[in-house]
Amino acid sequence: MSGHTVEKLAYMANQIARNLVHDDKPVMAVADHIVSFWTPRMIDMLIAQGSAGLDPVAVEAMARVADGRIPPPQTRATDPAVHGSDAG
Amino acid sequence: MGYERQADFGTPEVRSDTQVTCSIDGREVIVPVGTTVMRAAALTGGSIPKLCATDNLKQFGSCRLCLVEIDGMRGTPASCTTPVAEGMKVHTQTPHLQKLRKGVMELYISDHPLDCLTCSANNDCELQDQAAAVGLRDVRYGYEGENHLGAMPDISNPYFDFDPSKCIVCSRCVRACDEVQGTLALTIDGRGFGSKVSAGLASDSFLSSECVSCGACVQACPTATLQEKAVKEIGKPERAVVTTCAYCGVGCTFRAEMRGEQLVRMVPWKDGKANRGHSCVKGRFAWGYAQHQERILSPMIRESIDQPWREVSWEEALTYAAGQINRIRETYGRNALGGITSSRCTNEETFLVQKLIRAGFGTNNVDTCARVCHSPTGYGLKTTFGTSAGTQDFDSVEDSDVILVIGANPTDGHPVFASRMKRRLRQGARLIVIDPRRTDLVRSPHIAADYHLPLRPGTNVAILTAIAHVIVTESLANEAFIRERCDWDEYQHWAEFVSAERNSPEFLAPVIGVDPEAIRGAARLYATGGNGAIYYGLGVTEHSQGSSTVMAIANLAMATGNIGRRGVGVNPLRGQNNVQGACDMGSFPHELSGYRHVSDKATRDLFEAEWGVKIDPEPGLRIPNMLDAATDGQFKAIYIQGEDILQSDPDTKHVAAGLAAMECVIVHDLFLNETANYAHVFLPGSTFLEKNGTFTNAERRIQPVRKVMEPLNGYEDWQVTQELARAIGLDWNYTHPSEIMDEIARLTPTFTGVNYKRLDAEGSLQWPVNDKAPDGSPIMHIEGFVRGKGKFVVTDYVPTDERTGPRFPLLLTTGRILSQYNVGAQTRRTANVVWHEEDLLEIHPTDAENRGLKSGDWVKLASRSGETTLRALVTDRVAPGVVYTTFHHPATQANVVTTDYSDWATNCPEYKVTAVQITPSNGPTDWQEDYEAQATLSRRIVGHEGAMEPAE
Repeated sequence: MSGHTVEKLAYMANQIARNLVHDDKPVMAVADHIVSFWTPRMIDMLIAQGSAGLDPVAVEAMARVADGRIPPPQTRATDPAVHGSDAG
Repeated sequence: MGYERQADFGTPEVRSDTQVTCSIDGREVIVPVGTTVMRAAALTGGSIPKLCATDNLKQFGSCRLCLVEIDGMRGTPASCTTPVAEGMKVHTQTPHLQKLRKGVMELYISDHPLDCLTCSANNDCELQDQAAAVGLRDVRYGYEGENHLGAMPDISNPYFDFDPSKCIVCSRCVRACDEVQGTLALTIDGRGFGSKVSAGLASDSFLSSECVSCGACVQACPTATLQEKAVKEIGKPERAVVTTCAYCGVGCTFRAEMRGEQLVRMVPWKDGKANRGHSCVKGRFAWGYAQHQERILSPMIRESIDQPWREVSWEEALTYAAGQINRIRETYGRNALGGITSSRCTNEETFLVQKLIRAGFGTNNVDTCARVCHSPTGYGLKTTFGTSAGTQDFDSVEDSDVILVIGANPTDGHPVFASRMKRRLRQGARLIVIDPRRTDLVRSPHIAADYHLPLRPGTNVAILTAIAHVIVTESLANEAFIRERCDWDEYQHWAEFVSAERNSPEFLAPVIGVDPEAIRGAARLYATGGNGAIYYGLGVTEHSQGSSTVMAIANLAMATGNIGRRGVGVNPLRGQNNVQGACDMGSFPHELSGYRHVSDKATRDLFEAEWGVKIDPEPGLRIPNMLDAATDGQFKAIYIQGEDILQSDPDTKHVAAGLAAMECVIVHDLFLNETANYAHVFLPGSTFLEKNGTFTNAERRIQPVRKVMEPLNGYEDWQVTQELARAIGLDWNYTHPSEIMDEIARLTPTFTGVNYKRLDAEGSLQWPVNDKAPDGSPIMHIEGFVRGKGKFVVTDYVPTDERTGPRFPLLLTTGRILSQYNVGAQTRRTANVVWHEEDLLEIHPTDAENRGLKSGDWVKLASRSGETTLRALVTDRVAPGVVYTTFHHPATQANVVTTDYSDWATNCPEYKVTAVQITPSNGPTDWQEDYEAQATLSRRIVGHEGAMEPAE
């Protein structure tokens, strides 16, 4: 496992957290985003490296993901109801 | 079709709900009020002689050839300037008119060479046609008097000549430059007999003038005065095929005019709904790459990249590639495989590549170059509007009152649409430009931006939030619209956020670097100036907050009610010809076609039933993740169609390391591009002239691409992908791309009404095309947002982590130039290099002086990622502290210095902000020398040792 890649994943998770901090439920929004757009291997790598270097919101979100407490879609970009919409 | 000129109705179409009836030579015709007699006559099938009139220019009334007689009117009015009136009776062919016209024509011909038989416009010349139409048989004046027959031609432009000896001074070229292109490079110099067409100043040639070589003047010229060099060299075309340009996301319709298998010229097609008969220097002229000597036509393979290439048969190349794919899948698992679809290829080809990856390789590791350009548009617009594409058609700009351009340089990147935008601006629409650089649009003939806000790179979200602050706190929001169409609670939450003092222009001004009063003025103008339309480009998306910026733009449009009708909207200017289509076709690793997530079982069921395989419910790797996984030893093989990630993607060293770590890189392209330096299999590609299919442009317009000539490499790209699929064991049997489109329509709700028969009949269709919108959707969200309510999203400004400091005190931002396209693989292999033969570094005079630099000096451009050298151009177009360059030339490798920072939501790279230092230099960097050595070694081909190696 590459240290560089794990560092990058942690950076990405923090960046997502910083940008979703104003969401109603930021932890769920971050978890939803990561589950929707990351591969299982990327998620496993970040979970395996623990909470070091992660912002609190990202830590909580990754804990949720690790426990399998996958949140329902938090935005339309991740909402299955929007999938198949007549306008993409 | 055979070769004949496209119908010319003489004067432009007039739109009116009121109709009038008149009689032309006894033929009754009903036309919209305001239509000219000339156009009405043409609509009845008649043809009034004309020279200075053509239907894409306003009527001019100078040639006096189109005179007619009208009952009850004195004299012989010009039909091009006389509007039809109710009950009017017009006579276009009478003995009196014939005499008058013959007299006029006689004067023209008395100062025109009589070399018709050897003239390059012979049998394709309006002057010749009209001389025949008026029955001119002799010229009584002789040719001994003063004339222009000895005037010297100007052959400076690489694509067309100007021969003033054949000019009739009809002004069509000058008016085309003014009205159609909007550059105003041409003028009529002198008076009376001395009048002549002039490009720029008297000392200028066409090449040295402000002419942008769009070809509008050449198209407008009724004689051989302005004519393509190719016609002079090859001769008149003998057949023609209407197709779609493969350069930018405007998607111009052209008629490819052919002689045998040789392309003579590309002429913009007036019925093209994206370009309306206009073109730019790339689509019109820069197609020579298609038959360039460096094009690779034989498949090639090699076991390792330090070996030379070996030319092999298609069968051997495909068998080898399939063997490697199967071996790697068995050894490392299916997720060690992946692919990249091309935004330059057709929808059908893109669909097949992602199908090959998902159904054949068994993985969702598929991505596309939209990752590095407009992926934030998809995320941002889907979140706010429920859709993932622009809201308007290009025609919409004709009704805009305020045009806000942010992070886009349309006169260079989307020139044909820019001409339409500029026409509207010359009519009086107001303009706001938000861009670190003073783009040409800020100030051009008869256009001056009301506000140019030269923000510091990386502060888009801050400035848009400040604009929102003004709109909300000054009560300029359209609350009625918001209450009806948006979620009111979310609006209030957002309004509260933007109203905070920390989001005011005054508070944020030190961050943004723009006068807060100018921000307030721009906000007031956008909110209150009438129909407000926002156009944006990669200056919005290619940031660490690209998706947030797109959402901030959508917030502004919703807050001011600028959605759901002509003249308004949110308009992403897509970069490549089919980047919209590549996204629509399911090129992203988490989505199947129509933007449906792979986790959605109902969607997967649909595809699994059609394809007969299981689809992985988990998202695959994005391009940067693939490269990371490769350097980790987890990702081993990639199939890349029509994409040069080594040159176009950020942090070149990391891309090179990722490619070098793979065991099988399959490049499917026209040329040995930079990525091919690391490839093991090279599959020759076909150009857009050699294939059938469709492209989808920035207005969601699906347009036919038609085969103009046979593929030089033997196969259209979709056929190559199909052969690769068969080689790995898939039973694919498509015989024509129309069958692929039928499959797309079966599987994609937004495409259910799309098929080739309709596209041929209607010219184009704008998705969604389905039961709800059977005729397509030029403008979206008309009655309300198509998915529930519009959603306001709080977009907090989060500064990028790419910061300036003592070592890297300047901010580099990147862009493109009119004459070159993207990584330049096509345009660098054309005469377009006369306008731009190298990438230059723009630097402000103050920053240059501090470093002892002047224009033309070699400089080292260094960032935390790497360094390169190029030459400097000292200009105040960029603000102090900001430098700018293009990325069209591999020798420069601007992406050596860009970082791996990316958009938080989509990983779109942050190309637009890199902290750099500029220092004097006296030569290439070690990196550039090493790169060149590796590239030279990598491009060797067995059996071609003596020949010049194809070089990118």
